[in-house]
Amino acid sequence: MEDKKKFAWLSYIIMGSAQIMKGEYIKGIFLLLVEILTIVFGIPYFAHGLWGIWTLGVTKYHFNEQGIAVYDHSIFLMLQGLTSIFLILIIIGIYIYNVKDAYRPKQAKKTTLRDKIDRNFHWIFMTPGILAMLFLIVLPIIFTVLVAFTDYSGPYHLPPRNLVRWVGLQNFKEIFGLKIWNQTLSGVFVWTVTWAILATITSFFVGLMWALIVNSSGVKIKKLWRTIFIIPYAVPGLISLLIMRLLFSGPGPINDFVEHLGLQRIGWLTDPHMAKVTLVLINMWLGAPYFMALMTSILTNIPKDLYESSDIDGATAFQKLRHITVPMVLLSTMPLLISSFAYNFNNFMIIYAVTSGGPVNPNYRYAGHTDLLISWIYKMTLNQQQYHMASVVTIMIFLMIAPIVAYTFTRSKSFREEDLI
Amino acid sequence: MMSTPTSTSQLKLVKNKKKLTVKDIILRILVYAFLITNTVFILFPVLWIIGSSLNPGDSLYSSTMIPKNPTFIHYKELFTKTDYPIWYKNTLKIAFMNMILSTILTTFNAYVFSRFRFKGRKAGLVTILVLQVFPSFLTLTAIYTLLMQLNLLNTHIGLVLFYAGAQIPGNTWLIKGYFDQIPKSLDEAARVDGATNFTTFTKIIMPLAVPIIVFLALTSFIGPWMDFILQSVVLRTADKKTLAMGLMEMVTGQTNTKFTLFAAGAILVAVPITILYAFLQKYIVEGLSSGAVKS
Repeated sequence: MEDKKKFAWLSYIIMGSAQIMKGEYIKGIFLLLVEILTIVFGIPYFAHGLWGIWTLGVTKYHFNEQGIAVYDHSIFLMLQGLTSIFLILIIIGIYIYNVKDAYRPKQAKKTTLRDKIDRNFHWIFMTPGILAMLFLIVLPIIFTVLVAFTDYSGPYHLPPRNLVRWVGLQNFKEIFGLKIWNQTLSGVFVWTVTWAILATITSFFVGLMWALIVNSSGVKIKKLWRTIFIIPYAVPGLISLLIMRLLFSGPGPINDFVEHLGLQRIGWLTDPHMAKVTLVLINMWLGAPYFMALMTSILTNIPKDLYESSDIDGATAFQKLRHITVPMVLLSTMPLLISSFAYNFNNFMIIYAVTSGGPVNPNYRYAGHTDLLISWIYKMTLNQQQYHMASVVTIMIFLMIAPIVAYTFTRSKSFREEDLI
Repeated sequence: MMSTPTSTSQLKLVKNKKKLTVKDIILRILVYAFLITNTVFILFPVLWIIGSSLNPGDSLYSSTMIPKNPTFIHYKELFTKTDYPIWYKNTLKIAFMNMILSTILTTFNAYVFSRFRFKGRKAGLVTILVLQVFPSFLTLTAIYTLLMQLNLLNTHIGLVLFYAGAQIPGNTWLIKGYFDQIPKSLDEAARVDGATNFTTFTKIIMPLAVPIIVFLALTSFIGPWMDFILQSVVLRTADKKTLAMGLMEMVTGQTNTKFTLFAAGAILVAVPITILYAFLQKYIVEGLSSGAVKS
């Protein structure tokens, strides 16, 4: 056994060699393969990738003597650079394991393949999930953050025709410094926050009102009312939203009704102020059922003696509502209200499906009156190719939403039981 | 001496069953009036779209809620004159693939984090926690570029990969929390009997976690029906289109001429999903409440 350990240093140079000496052939061959692949395919790819992410390419789009287009695609290079960094980190991890493993004495007992798999079960089982997260979540997030420090945007900085450059903090300076950007950012931001607060509070209180009334003992066939009031929750959201868009449209049935009453047709979705009100109303229709369902169980958990003693003190119905019911309900739904706020803050679907951000606001850059930060980002990305600014706003949303989500999550049951901190 | 509807009427019922005071009657009328008006508001959009789908014409102007000569022509037209069957098939395909991939990836991860103690476990859990804070669909540009590089743009696989990837962090915590509540002694008993980790997972954990797995499968199945953002970025050609994209276009297009078709199409989507919700209500409630926040 001691003999074999002499070869352990070999693993520093040739990965897996010590393992093969020890007779652990499968592991050894796997490690050797990693090294061979790294040298043959990895190093050229990594070198190009790292060079690419540093320079973002140097060759401008042009045609060579044979008439073939030659260019460096800055964005692809950036992605290759990021991928290289990720892969290099993984390979370093495997290398460290390889060296540590080389110095570990060979297992005395002969083990079957089944046992070997079972011993490393957790690593095997987790690999797909970890790789998926690494390349489908972490990589895109870092990529997005990086784009905020480039000039990647139409019409003059779009690959492959043009190169993209690192510009440092210039985009951040512009969004805060240039009037048109600044105006849009502050306007959209104020509406986003207002919207998130209004949308959350209105559906909360309507839900509470429904729950209170349906559950009051004077009401017969409670189950029927509850079923009716939960319907909007069961209908797929996008469908309801598109229906609402039609209902409130200029020639839609709601305006028909308004005209029927002898009034002027209303620009539900075309008047800047009215559109905002309409959105809140629509959101109430969609969101209140969720809160009603939640409230029903919370209401039954409020101790009855609180009401009884206030009856003795001669409290009015309104006083009881204000001093007992609402505080008690608020206490137990606070975290839900906060996550609902975070949800509405990024509620792209309702804005896009109902107003598409409209009506147009001439004072804004690429945004309409009802655009939220998130739908503004969407428009900048898909319609305007302003990737750099979209990334800047994305980073801002991350920074605003992250503390809120983190706060609610640290109060969740599954988190508390884990005892991480 | 008035109080909330609850206790007043309770008291009154006990005191004098025969006689209701005038105040009580007014109160009841008000309550029922409130319930009925709200019912009207809630049901109106639903009934309106059903009525519209049965209207003969095809414009928003001429349709009435209660059609004079109801017709199923639009349902027929959906299948003969539009790509609706293709959208439906594509959406079903994406939904199924997402359901399977998401369930596998997430339950595997959750099982490992729930049952194994290894170096880096806590760091892993914290990382996952941080990741779930970021709304991953904000990284549209990156997703687009990545898929372009992998030649997966305009494919359903590419779309599903991102759906399944994005849901891992949040759902891993949810499922892990559920697995944690399954007694460890059950696993140990199985191990003593010679079961491998994998058989413990499939024979012990999975059967006991059916409710939460159904919830996970259901939410990952429903998700793609209603998402529009990622689909519009990834899918480009008509043959790859989904229901969400197709229906959206019918309504937001410059000319609203396909309005009654949209109504019919919307109903054919909403009905199965609503029924699915109704049938699996039990699991949804359980899933929501186990993920819910403890105050």
